[in-house]
Amino acid sequence: MNLDSFAPVGIFLTLGIVFVLVTLAIAKLIRPHRPSDAKLASYECGEQPIGTAWIQYNPRFYIFALLFVIFDVEVIFLFPWAVAYQSLGFFALIEMLIFIGILVIGLAWAWKKGVLKWA
Amino acid sequence: MELTPLFQWIDTQLISLVEWLGLPIWFAELLEMVLAAVAVLLMAFLIVLFLVWWERKLSGHFQQRLGPMRTGWHGWLQTIADGLKLFQKEDIIPTNVDRKVFFWAPVVCFASSYAAFAVIPWGEGVIPTDLNIGILYILSITTFVVISLLMAGWSSNNKYALLGGMRSAAQIVSYEVPLTLSVLGVIMMTQSLSMVAIVEAQESVFSWFIWRQPLGFAIYLVAAVAETNRAPFDIPEAEQELVAGFNIEYSGMKFAMFFLAEFLNLFLVSAIATTLFLGGWQGPFLPSWLWFILKTTFVIFVIIWFKWTYPRLRVDQLMEFCWKVLLPLAFLNLIISGFLFRG
Repeated sequence: MNLDSFAPVGIFLTLGIVFVLVTLAIAKLIRPHRPSDAKLASYECGEQPIGTAWIQYNPRFYIFALLFVIFDVEVIFLFPWAVAYQSLGFFALIEMLIFIGILVIGLAWAWKKGVLKWA
Repeated sequence: MELTPLFQWIDTQLISLVEWLGLPIWFAELLEMVLAAVAVLLMAFLIVLFLVWWERKLSGHFQQRLGPMRTGWHGWLQTIADGLKLFQKEDIIPTNVDRKVFFWAPVVCFASSYAAFAVIPWGEGVIPTDLNIGILYILSITTFVVISLLMAGWSSNNKYALLGGMRSAAQIVSYEVPLTLSVLGVIMMTQSLSMVAIVEAQESVFSWFIWRQPLGFAIYLVAAVAETNRAPFDIPEAEQELVAGFNIEYSGMKFAMFFLAEFLNLFLVSAIATTLFLGGWQGPFLPSWLWFILKTTFVIFVIIWFKWTYPRLRVDQLMEFCWKVLLPLAFLNLIISGFLFRG
């Protein structure tokens, strides 16, 4: 495993961050700055903003995030399997069928429970 | 004209420069990497300038309008004019936002989309770094975009922004699962995660993976459109209900950064589609980088075409389509590929 090939990744990340910061700094030099109370209020289509937005919201989002974590972790397990697939032979196919079977049963269970329904 | 001789020339020039300065040789390598990153950044800029203009022109013509016409020939300078305008705009930060998170959200958004370009194979030998985990790296680094959208939506302390951010995040993470599964079909055939190896496995038109993975390509394309929050899956920024979505409180250059990242992501998903399914840079007569650009531009054209063909989905249809249609199809595709491409 050659770690050198990851050096450009670090350079890309650094350059991406530096680029945004520099651009924002340059913009800061040439843009006007005239704040007023009306400008600094939260935008609610011209109405007076009512309360804060940091409130409780639909737990639906949370359940889909949980589903994502479960499925994505299991998909990650499939990556090394896919890379080695052709050298593993028939055994890999059976194993994959069992693994995906478990995933599909999980999906079917979530479906039947009505978790996948957006309500 | 291939670009490899140019790179070799730059390489020798840099090495002689470093030797003349009396610096160690790794300094030349570092300089070369920085140059590559800057070149990709410039390229990304050109791409966004072109894509914004192209999308506006195409949208215009799809609706029997002309689109921008005044600034330059057929309005080609329009994006530059808009960019300059955004540069001079006041940066309004509402009083009740979480200032730190509000500031860093556009930085995270742009940097993570741009970092994914490190492993895009532009042409034969034209790739900043050929990571052995290439495609997995792209899939993981672009996930940071979700975090930036949540940061922007939550820190704005605005109801539209919060709803837009939450919807974006839920949508992107949901479609991430079928997208990743559709990529697996290709990896089973190439036995490698490296972007270069994937392209090299598709030498002739008939060995393009779209022929062996038609279902995988369809799933990838639909999921990719959803990943970029574009119509018909643009519910996170549905203008009629949310005004603009997560970036509603952003103005000036911070808004421009989200805008840049959005178009970079559009290019990115199309470039991945080209690499995985359409043979990447492979093609006759023309230089390899031109083939790559042409194919990617075609995929982008199809995605823009989607936008003006299908009406927007409702939020419940959107989520149920992902989990009840796309995900089972992706599993099916994986099982079929398993039987077909057994070692």
